[in-house]
Amino acid sequence: MVQTQNSYKNLVTKKTDNPPILLNCMKAFVVGGFICVIGQALSYFYMYFFDFTEKTVGNPTVATLIFFTMLLTGFGFYDRIAQFAGAGTAVPVTGFGNAVISAAIEHRTEGYVQGVGGNMFKLAGSVILFGVFSAFVLALIKTILNLWGN
Amino acid sequence: MVFLSAFIIGGLICVIGQLLMDIYKFTPGHTLSILVVAGAVLGSIGWYDALIDFAGAGATVPITSFGNALVNGALNEADQHGLIGVVTGMFEVTSSGISAAIIFGMIGALIFKAKG
Repeated sequence: MVQTQNSYKNLVTKKTDNPPILLNCMKAFVVGGFICVIGQALSYFYMYFFDFTEKTVGNPTVATLIFFTMLLTGFGFYDRIAQFAGAGTAVPVTGFGNAVISAAIEHRTEGYVQGVGGNMFKLAGSVILFGVFSAFVLALIKTILNLWGN
Repeated sequence: MVFLSAFIIGGLICVIGQLLMDIYKFTPGHTLSILVVAGAVLGSIGWYDALIDFAGAGATVPITSFGNALVNGALNEADQHGLIGVVTGMFEVTSSGISAAIIFGMIGALIFKAKG
């Protein structure tokens, strides 16, 4: 019994200590790059057919990608792609969308206020928190330095 | 060829995220937080805009652009209104990511059922 426990423990450490880093990185590179290419195609679409410039086109592009994420998450495809791609689907903004949308769908059974409303940002909240707070500190420092310079 | 540079830069940012998860054993939440802060730092020194000029969606689609957009919004508003603009301008540029996530999250919860 002890021996099987030990061999299981060895197996677990072997599997978890040595993830196939190179393979994972290649998968993340291809899938993440592909999502960005889709984003680039959407950007051209919005610049060509609507009045967006290169500076403003990020907004509709991101919103459209999150819309696609909702469909893929709802039909259960996103998790399967994410299992294959790792950071390739987590790092693009679709990963942020997936974190919000999957939490919303998952907690719907607890009601719309406590469940959906309360848990929507359970996973994605840290991204907003550290994004906003670091942006606040950095912009504050830079603005104070500018005021000093004048 | 913007498509190629978008593919390469976007892919490389994802590889950085994968390395953070595989080598340093960060959770996805930690990894994304680190990348957002990195984007904010690069944005505050003006390097991220250069990356967007070079790679287009390869730089705007990864989550790092969220940090960059927050800093840019705050700095643009601070130019006009002084220190108070740092707080009021924060979401000026990057409204769509969060609003889209909230809106489609709610719609998703309305029309889809959780699996399993």
